[in-house]
Amino acid sequence: MNVQVKYRIGKSIGFQALVILLSAACVVPLIFILIYIIQAGITKINWHFLTNLPKPVGETGGGIANALLGSTIIILVASVIAIPFGILCGIYLSENKNSKLAYWSRLCIDILQGIPSIVIGIVAYFWLVKPLGGFSALSGSVALAIMMLPIVVRSTEETLLLLPDSLREAAFALGMPFHRVILKVLIPCGISGILSGVMLSIARITGETAPLLFTAFGNPYLSTNVLKPMQSLPLLIFNYATSPYNEWHDLAWGASCILLIWVLSLNIFTKLITRKWKVQL
Amino acid sequence: MESLVKNDLITRPDISSGRVIKSVNTPDTLSTTKRLKRSHRHIRAENVFRRILIIVGWATVVLVAGIMVTLIFQSTLSIKASGFGYLWGKTWDPVRDIFGVYPFLLGTLLTSFLALLISIPFSFAVAIFLGEYYPTGWVSNLLKNTVELIAAVPSVIYGFWGLAVLVPIVRSFESKIGVEPVGLGIFTSSLILAIMIVPYAASLGRSMIQMVPSTLKEAAYSLGATRWEVIRSVVLPYTKSGMFAGIMLSLGRALGETMAVTMVIGNTSLIPKNIFAPGNTMASVIANEFTEADHPVYLSALIELGLVLFVVTVLINMVGKRLIKGFSKE
Repeated sequence: MNVQVKYRIGKSIGFQALVILLSAACVVPLIFILIYIIQAGITKINWHFLTNLPKPVGETGGGIANALLGSTIIILVASVIAIPFGILCGIYLSENKNSKLAYWSRLCIDILQGIPSIVIGIVAYFWLVKPLGGFSALSGSVALAIMMLPIVVRSTEETLLLLPDSLREAAFALGMPFHRVILKVLIPCGISGILSGVMLSIARITGETAPLLFTAFGNPYLSTNVLKPMQSLPLLIFNYATSPYNEWHDLAWGASCILLIWVLSLNIFTKLITRKWKVQL
Repeated sequence: MESLVKNDLITRPDISSGRVIKSVNTPDTLSTTKRLKRSHRHIRAENVFRRILIIVGWATVVLVAGIMVTLIFQSTLSIKASGFGYLWGKTWDPVRDIFGVYPFLLGTLLTSFLALLISIPFSFAVAIFLGEYYPTGWVSNLLKNTVELIAAVPSVIYGFWGLAVLVPIVRSFESKIGVEPVGLGIFTSSLILAIMIVPYAASLGRSMIQMVPSTLKEAAYSLGATRWEVIRSVVLPYTKSGMFAGIMLSLGRALGETMAVTMVIGNTSLIPKNIFAPGNTMASVIANEFTEADHPVYLSALIELGLVLFVVTVLINMVGKRLIKGFSKE
């Protein structure tokens, strides 16, 4: 082999090594973050932490019960708003691929996906907080529902488009009306895709803080009234992490650990079920 | 109704097509009346369902139009008060009603492009690793899923981690190279953002690289090209527009990112002197000052900032999406 060929082969191997190195380096920060958060947070989590309210500054102890309950309520209300709406919109887009309205609707969904979360917070503030006369969990839920919408719509549309046409034609041939073909045949067949979209969207909004800053606002007490301010996990982490008090930092580490485990397990679970159901399909 | 039944045959009008359909009347079929009633009910339900679908389709359009109208309407006060000076004004002083967002524009552009610069080698490496070198196997599966999880971690957690871990590291680095050791600042935010945006360009790039026709690559190999030469002169040129779209999507994400940046950027309204200085981005200003805005012009100025952010990110995302669409059609 002459020198030039050796040089070219060496260059090729060198590039491959560089690619492998850089790819491996991408994983490092995630692992660091996971280890750090879990190390800092896991020791703070116990029964007392999960069931008590945060203590005022200067007292040790206290928990994050209000944030856990608040997050759950806000996410539930957001899901109730966004999931039916998103699935129906996905059905419309997949059934009317070429209509003019579908084009505009698809464009709007694309725009929605790109809007920064803080801007959605501003809009929710003017739509709900101002007219209702105060910060409320409901306005936070609406903001989060707007963020969920594109993911649910897209996953529904794509799943329904993937189903073979023969399925739909067979159902129509049996004389089934349109709505039953969709609700009783197509949706059950594509449920794994739709469900994974729904779960991913829930995972995404669980960690969202920015839209809640001027809507749900946060609340140091336990609250179940959706028309009043409510605490949520990411808000609590933001408020306590940027405070100068060590006791509050401890609470924030515990809350971060719970939030991280919550979001990541939702993601991993989604991957597992879609993989399992894809095999069956 | 009885007259419709003739010799074991039911003739029933098919309402959707207007024709009459004949079918064999087996003993267990429903009586004609019931059947007619049921098909009427079905058709009514069908129409209601179709109407609901159309309403939902319109609702998305109305939603986005509403968001735009709200932003524009609420920022008119500031547009009237500051005019074009708003974008180039160098001072942001709410107490004296001077609203110039140049420092925040600069802060946003600096953090986003610096983050992009740091993240591109990594995201391209992941894309090439998964798309070209190791498309299958457990290692690539693991890498793919891990990189996707990077996007799943909430931004507030990145911010908190950055505050606790990255800020001290950057501070000691800054004192070594001789700039004012603050720790908080544009450089730290860029580092955090770079970690956060790697998955976007990486996953898009991977799917683009996998779409390169193998005949093209094989032709290059048969001419004696090495693997690196195939990647450089076949794979990368072919996926150019797709890779660019990935970068655009990452940029859109970086521009709009709020929480992680707000927590580590230092939050001052001064023009940053260098990349290690503290600053502010458009999103972080809104996050910090929105609930403190005590008079209408101040609030309106913040909303105009949101409007600018909205327009810029939407444009960037649209360009990215168009590029992807164009690429997949090829």
